[in-house]
Amino acid sequence: MRTIRLGAGAGYSGDRIEPAVELAEKGRLDYLVFECLAERTIALAQAARLKDPDAGFDPLLEARMKAVLPACRANGVRIVTNMGAANPVSAARTTTAIARQLGLHGLKIAAVTGDDVLGDLKNSDRPLDIGCTVDSLGNRIASANAYLGGASIAQALHDGAEVVITGRAADPSLFLGPLIHEFGWAMDDWPLLGKGILVGHLLECAGQVTGGYFADPGYKDVRDLARLGFPIGEVREDGDLVVTKVPGSGGQVTAATVKEQLLYEIHDPARYLQPDVVADFSRVRVEEIGEDRVHVFGATGTPKSGELKVSVGYIDSYVGEGQISYAGPGALARGRLALDIVRERLAIAGVETSELRCDLIGSNALHGEGLSQEAQPYEVRVRVIGRTETLAEARRIGEEVETLYTNGPAGGGGAWKSAREVVAVASTLIPEAAVRTAVQYFKT
Amino acid sequence: MKLRDIAHSRTGDKGNTSNVSLIAYDPNDYGVLCDYVTAERVKHLFDGIVNGEVTRYELPEIAALNFVMTEALGGGVTRSLAIDAHGKSLSSALLNMELPDDVSSTSNG
Repeated sequence: MRTIRLGAGAGYSGDRIEPAVELAEKGRLDYLVFECLAERTIALAQAARLKDPDAGFDPLLEARMKAVLPACRANGVRIVTNMGAANPVSAARTTTAIARQLGLHGLKIAAVTGDDVLGDLKNSDRPLDIGCTVDSLGNRIASANAYLGGASIAQALHDGAEVVITGRAADPSLFLGPLIHEFGWAMDDWPLLGKGILVGHLLECAGQVTGGYFADPGYKDVRDLARLGFPIGEVREDGDLVVTKVPGSGGQVTAATVKEQLLYEIHDPARYLQPDVVADFSRVRVEEIGEDRVHVFGATGTPKSGELKVSVGYIDSYVGEGQISYAGPGALARGRLALDIVRERLAIAGVETSELRCDLIGSNALHGEGLSQEAQPYEVRVRVIGRTETLAEARRIGEEVETLYTNGPAGGGGAWKSAREVVAVASTLIPEAAVRTAVQYFKT
Repeated sequence: MKLRDIAHSRTGDKGNTSNVSLIAYDPNDYGVLCDYVTAERVKHLFDGIVNGEVTRYELPEIAALNFVMTEALGGGVTRSLAIDAHGKSLSSALLNMELPDDVSSTSNG
């Protein structure tokens, strides 16, 4: 039975680049996949595109492509990525130019479009998960992108593309597309599609399945995290999977690393909603079959819902923040005094906040008073952050922390402030039939 | 004994919902996790952080539980004012949960 090898070259937009080069050079891959698009990224990219029609794709696209294209070409590795963000066509043009500069001739590069549904959606009364409708956002709406499935990626590969660049696609779809293309899986073979989603789900966060985000010294030790190897999935035609990595790279692939990633960002494991299938991971089994080799099997799937999730970016509010540190005996008490002063100052200044957080980093900032220990920390960092309707009020919050230098408790140091506009993301659903995908090709 | 002695954990986020997995190192301890780490206890642990419901899913094949907690991320990752907007550190709070003395763990003899 035929097996193909897929590598994950990035788990998020800012991820390390060397592990992807290692995979392209030594991974004996058929495909190298880069998942680089977080929930909010596309809304920010859309704003960049409005200012410059050629912008709006991943800021590291050029660096990544320059780093991996030569080895991918030499070793026959095809690339699939969502680095197109808000502008897959411009990303494909840019990649074409890079390939030409590198002297790579005859390369076919595809841009998958259709995820941008802002035009169709902005005046609709579809409900958002934040308790209002899309049209009620008015001119605060910044972007609306549907999560695409694997079919258009498979189509681009079928048409001979060596690089496929999408905008918003469901993360596992980036891996499912190559599997559909290579093995000819039917788009209504739910058990196989469910197995393909498991492949994508386990690999899409790259280092998170090879020992990254796992180490807890004395309990879960991981070797050589500074040289963490990114994962390779060996996928058989029947959907059977072995997760492994390049021999000699850092990190480890064990039953435990795979189990942690299996449940990462999963709600009901029997119903993982995806554009192409509802995947069922509830009976998945995991067994170590060699060093850094883990066999994963037992995923299945049920029919898709026929609806696609849409991420809607919108301008939500302004946020202002200030921080300052206190140390030594009485640090906690001086930190508390500082917070009292800032609260009173904001009231005097008439700064209206719909939400205000007063944290003491080192004591209660992560989990609140309830879970914090009673012990006196040697140092605390005061953090005041609030949500406002205006930028001026947001700025005032940081200023009221900074003025603690000369007006607040003794020994405050390292004050810092910021104020920013918040682009938030909400979600809704639209019928799959309302989304029209297309593929555009470029050649070097 | 703490949960950290018999299990490991990872947190994930989607919108304003957090999920925290709890995976037994030794599959024989899965029963301990099922018996003791109920959705109610987890809800109580995260009192003041989780404002919604806690639902527990069981995965016997991998000796793991998955807790899904709604209204847990300060309005959602993209607008939360929390320093850990993703709630990534919640897994460490869960592992800090004390197990009663009469709970016997296979891995601790």
